[in-house]
Amino acid sequence: MERNLHKQLDNMKKSLIDQGYLDEQFIQLEELQDEANPNFVEEVVTLYYRDSARLIQNIEQTLEKIPLDFAKLDNYMHQFKGSSCSIGAKKLKNECTQFREHCKTGNGDGCKRTFQQLKKEYAALKKKLEHYFQFARQAGPIEKACRPK
Amino acid sequence: MTSKNILTLGQKFSVLIVDDDKIIRRIHKVLLNKFGFESHTVENGKEAVDLYLSGKHFDLILMDMEMPVMDGPKATRELRAMGVNNMIVGVTSRGLDSEKQAFTEAGLDYCVEKPLTSETITSLLQELAKK
Repeated sequence: MERNLHKQLDNMKKSLIDQGYLDEQFIQLEELQDEANPNFVEEVVTLYYRDSARLIQNIEQTLEKIPLDFAKLDNYMHQFKGSSCSIGAKKLKNECTQFREHCKTGNGDGCKRTFQQLKKEYAALKKKLEHYFQFARQAGPIEKACRPK
Repeated sequence: MTSKNILTLGQKFSVLIVDDDKIIRRIHKVLLNKFGFESHTVENGKEAVDLYLSGKHFDLILMDMEMPVMDGPKATRELRAMGVNNMIVGVTSRGLDSEKQAFTEAGLDYCVEKPLTSETITSLLQELAKK
């Protein structure tokens, strides 16, 4: 039973990677999980969503100002990109790169358009990861599943 | 030499993680602890400089480039001016070679991209073991 849950969990992760939501960095984070840090990935992702909410708000407020402060926007997005990279959020990382390109060329409409897309991806990933971690908690640590009865 | 062999020499290296991003601090701390490092974290370059001024010392400093209060290049220059000669490795998400070059010229031993990987840490351990 536990083996099945773990297999399903692996399939979920593979699907998130195949769809481009996550990359190799997420797998690297999972490899850091052990008895001392059993929920490390969930902890880091929770920290990410908590921290980045403030950044999203800052970007939103800055996008409302006229004229647009592209240097400020670029700086916020640099921070957001860094954090997104650290959890392996591949699609978000790409949206951040796109946004920063628009900042470089002073394309305000491009920034606003990309930011809307980024927020959608951000929310979508959050839902998928919440589902993934819920499932991971049910499946339990891998060692338990392998222990002979 | 594998990281396991380095650790069985009995050496436990200390590392100072200097980064304003708490997620990076957390990830790097756990990653480095797995390799047997004793790690300490601070949020900016000034805190790193203040630690050394208070008499603390580390075998390795992982220095982020962009930080508020005092950035990586400035902190690196100040530490080197103080006579700090341990390994300082710049860690940056900035892609431009010119920015990495400028950071390196501040006094780094190496500059790597974040987040760190197991391979990068193994290389750093090998360099530390040589010293």
